[in-house]
Amino acid sequence: MEYKDYYKILGVKRNVKQDGIKPAYRKLARKYHPDVSSEVDAEDKFKTLNEAYEVLKDPEKRVAYDQLGNNWENGQDFTSPPNWDPNFEFNGGGFTEQNPSAFSDFFEQLFARRQSTFGGSNQTVHHPAQDHHEKIMIDLADSINGTNRTLTLQKPYVNEQGHMLTKLHILNVKIPKGVTQGQQIRLKGQGAGTTGHSGDLYLEIQFNPHPLYRIKERDMEFDLSITPWEAALGATIRAPTPSGTIDIKIPPNSTTDQKLRIKGRGLPSPDKTKNGHLYALLKIRTPPATGQREEDCYRNMRDTMPFNPRKNLRASL
Amino acid sequence: MTTSIIDIKESIVLDEGGSLTLSEFCRACNIHAEYVTELINEGILDAQTGKLTEWRFTGICIRRTRTATRLQRDLRVNLPGAALVLELLEEIERLRRQ
Repeated sequence: MEYKDYYKILGVKRNVKQDGIKPAYRKLARKYHPDVSSEVDAEDKFKTLNEAYEVLKDPEKRVAYDQLGNNWENGQDFTSPPNWDPNFEFNGGGFTEQNPSAFSDFFEQLFARRQSTFGGSNQTVHHPAQDHHEKIMIDLADSINGTNRTLTLQKPYVNEQGHMLTKLHILNVKIPKGVTQGQQIRLKGQGAGTTGHSGDLYLEIQFNPHPLYRIKERDMEFDLSITPWEAALGATIRAPTPSGTIDIKIPPNSTTDQKLRIKGRGLPSPDKTKNGHLYALLKIRTPPATGQREEDCYRNMRDTMPFNPRKNLRASL
Repeated sequence: MTTSIIDIKESIVLDEGGSLTLSEFCRACNIHAEYVTELINEGILDAQTGKLTEWRFTGICIRRTRTATRLQRDLRVNLPGAALVLELLEEIERLRRQ
């Protein structure tokens, strides 16, 4: 089990006054809140932050935590002292409404006493149906072709003796072709609940970032590099795309940042007439003048085609 | 620990013909119907027409509502604040995609 340096996590000194805890927490909560943060591991950081706040905001827990001493390093191997019995019961709630099961083993061993509400009782315990939400990461290709995913969830249930237990629930789910970013897939009866009637499971689709394609709903856009002569004279370019190799026709006198639409080659839709489009954003790349002939070619262009790309600039505002 | 393996035959993609009734939506987001009215008044959800039993909610409604409730709970913003954050987040998302 790893020691957690809650002060370090909150970014405060060990001798910080009690009223300095909340502002430090709030500032970092805004930074790492999974809904607003762009950090990759925001969710884990936010959980750790809430755990640190749960301990340090409470003077009693803070005193108990401080008793462990200040010679520990964050992440150092730790076992709780043999005489540790601060008599805490933590069942979640409070400002962050945190579920204690989301906290670390370190927190659990020090502050969270497991309650045995169901232990030894023959009383049947009913838990109402509850819907459950999960995020599922897929690649662009998964949406284009459809895919299957295996999800492993822990589902609580009550056995014949009235004990609350968990079982592993492995779901093989078909992700249909053409799902889009943020879309919800509803799986009826696969949520939580122990009364024989379970809630539903909702899967929110999230796309892994793609190095080439930018996705907006069902439309996909990518940068298409072309030469100055392809732009000026027009050309037909063979380009590999996720839905196969296609010919893209560049009209003569095309310019950089011009967008070409390739109809229906975006993400598929169950209603085929609503397939997304693929957009090629033209980017003209100029070859370097690496020798006498190339330089002469550019000089020839300069002399043949007087061209001022900076017409819009003016000396006065 | 016991393990159960289930092949899901029936999955419904919301927003593509699939939508939720008011009670299904409330259960999905763990909220009361009164709160749905507040979300509509704040512009977080689009206004509904017809009787309560005819109200329908899409996957986007679930995402916006769950984000709004998390922002209220975790960052202590009020509902107008959550609506503003949601709009700004969607604007950032739009700009990132450009």
